[in-house]
Amino acid sequence: MSNYKAPEILEKEASELWDTLKETELTPKSRRDIPQQDMPSQDPDIRRGNMEEVAVGYTAEQVFVESARCLQCKNAPCINGCPVSIDIPRFIKEAGDGKFGPAIDVIKESSMLPAICGRVCPQEKQCMEQCTLGKILKDPEKSVAIGRIERFLADWESENRPETAPELPPSNGKKVAIVGSGPSGLTAAADLRKAGFEVTIFEAFHKPGGVTVYGIPEFRLPKAIVEREVEGLMRMGVTFENNFLVGRTRKLKDLMEKDGYNAVYIASGAGLPKFMHIEGENLVGVFSANEFLTRSNLMKAYDSNAATPIYQAKRVAVFGGGNVAMDAARTAVRMGAEEVHIIYRRTEKEMPARVEEVHHAKEEGVIFNLLTSPVRILGDEDGRVRAIECLKYELGEPDESGRRKPVPIEGSEFTIDVETCIPAIGNTSNPLIKQTTPGLEFTRWGTIEVDENQKTSLDHVFAGGDISQGAATVILAMGDGRKAAAAIIEDLK
Amino acid sequence: MNKILEKKQLSADVFRMKIEAPLIAEERKAGQFLILQVDKELGERIPLTIANADAQEGFIEIIFQAVGATTRQLSRKEAGESVEAVLGPLGQPTVIEKKDGPVVCVGGGIGVAPMHPIVEAHHKIGNRVITIMGARNKDLLIMEDEMKALSDELIICTDDGSYGRKDLVTVPLKELCESDTPPAEVIAIGPPIMMKFCAETTRPYKVHTMVSLNTIMVDGTGMCGGCRVSIGGETKFVCVDGPEFDGHLVDFDNMMMRLKSYKNQEAHRCNLDIEAEKLEAERK
Repeated sequence: MSNYKAPEILEKEASELWDTLKETELTPKSRRDIPQQDMPSQDPDIRRGNMEEVAVGYTAEQVFVESARCLQCKNAPCINGCPVSIDIPRFIKEAGDGKFGPAIDVIKESSMLPAICGRVCPQEKQCMEQCTLGKILKDPEKSVAIGRIERFLADWESENRPETAPELPPSNGKKVAIVGSGPSGLTAAADLRKAGFEVTIFEAFHKPGGVTVYGIPEFRLPKAIVEREVEGLMRMGVTFENNFLVGRTRKLKDLMEKDGYNAVYIASGAGLPKFMHIEGENLVGVFSANEFLTRSNLMKAYDSNAATPIYQAKRVAVFGGGNVAMDAARTAVRMGAEEVHIIYRRTEKEMPARVEEVHHAKEEGVIFNLLTSPVRILGDEDGRVRAIECLKYELGEPDESGRRKPVPIEGSEFTIDVETCIPAIGNTSNPLIKQTTPGLEFTRWGTIEVDENQKTSLDHVFAGGDISQGAATVILAMGDGRKAAAAIIEDLK
Repeated sequence: MNKILEKKQLSADVFRMKIEAPLIAEERKAGQFLILQVDKELGERIPLTIANADAQEGFIEIIFQAVGATTRQLSRKEAGESVEAVLGPLGQPTVIEKKDGPVVCVGGGIGVAPMHPIVEAHHKIGNRVITIMGARNKDLLIMEDEMKALSDELIICTDDGSYGRKDLVTVPLKELCESDTPPAEVIAIGPPIMMKFCAETTRPYKVHTMVSLNTIMVDGTGMCGGCRVSIGGETKFVCVDGPEFDGHLVDFDNMMMRLKSYKNQEAHRCNLDIEAEKLEAERK
């Protein structure tokens, strides 16, 4: 791609710019004229063939330049955009002054997992959306790159600070069970442990991390980062019980009545993958994004020594326009597919995926078929996918969500030859907890019903993250974990 | 980690193992299954059936055929060694109710293993149980004594006539359907093709027939959807909706096709495996 700039060039530009800036007295006007620092990334032609992280992270000079863009607004609108209310101007001020230690300490007052959030949070829809600079420049993408600075600080900490267990209050003798080891469960565990509770996290998979290990690919979030967070919790004394499915291995009620847990936080995550209910959906070669990503991420199918197979295909179609669709498409590229299509019913503007992910996918050669929807999947005589039939759409009148509703164009059917189809159109709720926990109330969408403190219909049972919100984000799940921990501390007083 | 307490080789490639898993042994009910993983970093998660369990002693028993990469690897483990993980019990338990007529349990090959707890449960609540066991030959028959002890009647069929009747299991099943005391319920577990023909055998007699499906799975908890099957035209997940379904509604052809998803890749892997074993043997 023509606009790709190698990390060395970005580094050089930033350090030259910083040499001038550091000698200058900056005014709000001159701050807004500083160009936003691009995230250095691996060359698209090279990264197509490896699983390593695409974004390589800011240099210190880039952090200084980017921090200089922050207007240090008195009312700090960015904080309101952050689901866990990080004091953003304060950490950016410290970072800009080169005080990386104090800067990361500011973040850690509010967020447990900055290395993860700095990488996967949709900042442009949260803090960056509220940023005054972005408003002046009329584009939240042009706001202060808060997440990139956050990521730099988190990585700086892991390289420069010895890992020590924080001082903890003595055990208060009360036990809390956490169901699921994703971002929500990990956040709640940290807060509860710090408050003196004995915490056990139950995880159905063989490795903790939830969506950050099975769903989000290595090239977007290296697993080593998740492992580091998990190890940190272990050093704090949090117990992990892997290969343990609450509801089946042990009923929730038994955890409380027989095993002595005083409270439970259910953060079991997204559930069953949705399919589109179109013809051919059970052909060989149709995989939910969950399955495709779990095989490649958690089960390491990209490694030829791994026992878990992944279906070989030269041409792949991914249905959907969210981050999971981008992850699946970009994983398919790395698994050796020569032609990867995104099939999305609306236009790029309506895509729920982050702009950065769409940009990365395009750089890697993913083909975007917009205003297009699959009608049926065609198979060969062995029941294997050979093509998809699609229909073209155009934008009609705005619907109740304000988005212009796509309407099919009659007679516009056409086919694309593919061997693999990956629906990435979301999840419905997992019925497991429901099947095995009488008395727990659910919404009509199958999510667990909670009040403003994450409390469920059962005493001492709380829930949060995707199991109560439906599909949400890492940071929203963390926010729930934090709220639930506070409510549990109050509840067990 | 779960320790292997005992290992027996039942035939050329069929093994029986006792594995320490106290919580599963306590919770499991007839009809449920588990996911086993031999190796943590690069291992595969495979669904296996539960042949038996002892809550007091805290173990479960599995009977498996070494056919894929992971089952072959598992078959090389010895008592005293451990596997990385056993997750379970998974799936919905079998509905065990008092029936007016006999319950006919048809087990084919190693499908007899998951049938054992079901026969046990029906026997326990006082149902009259007729068990039909089938195998290619005498050497491949498993759990005969255990099934005999729990069944009111035991019919054994072998394809080659080396033991019991020289019939497919569908022949005695049809006879029972036509008898004066037809089955109140049939449960069939075995190779997909056997379950398909058992369902076809009972269909004209309108005898309720449950089958237990063993499809490709990754997590076993509803998350991946790899195990999905078409039941009466509706997509269902074997791991959370099953593993048992009304055999008259299962689209067996689609299921069998899906089971072959990785056939080419696995054939390649098996060849590698065989080569590795040869080299290992030569070294010894």
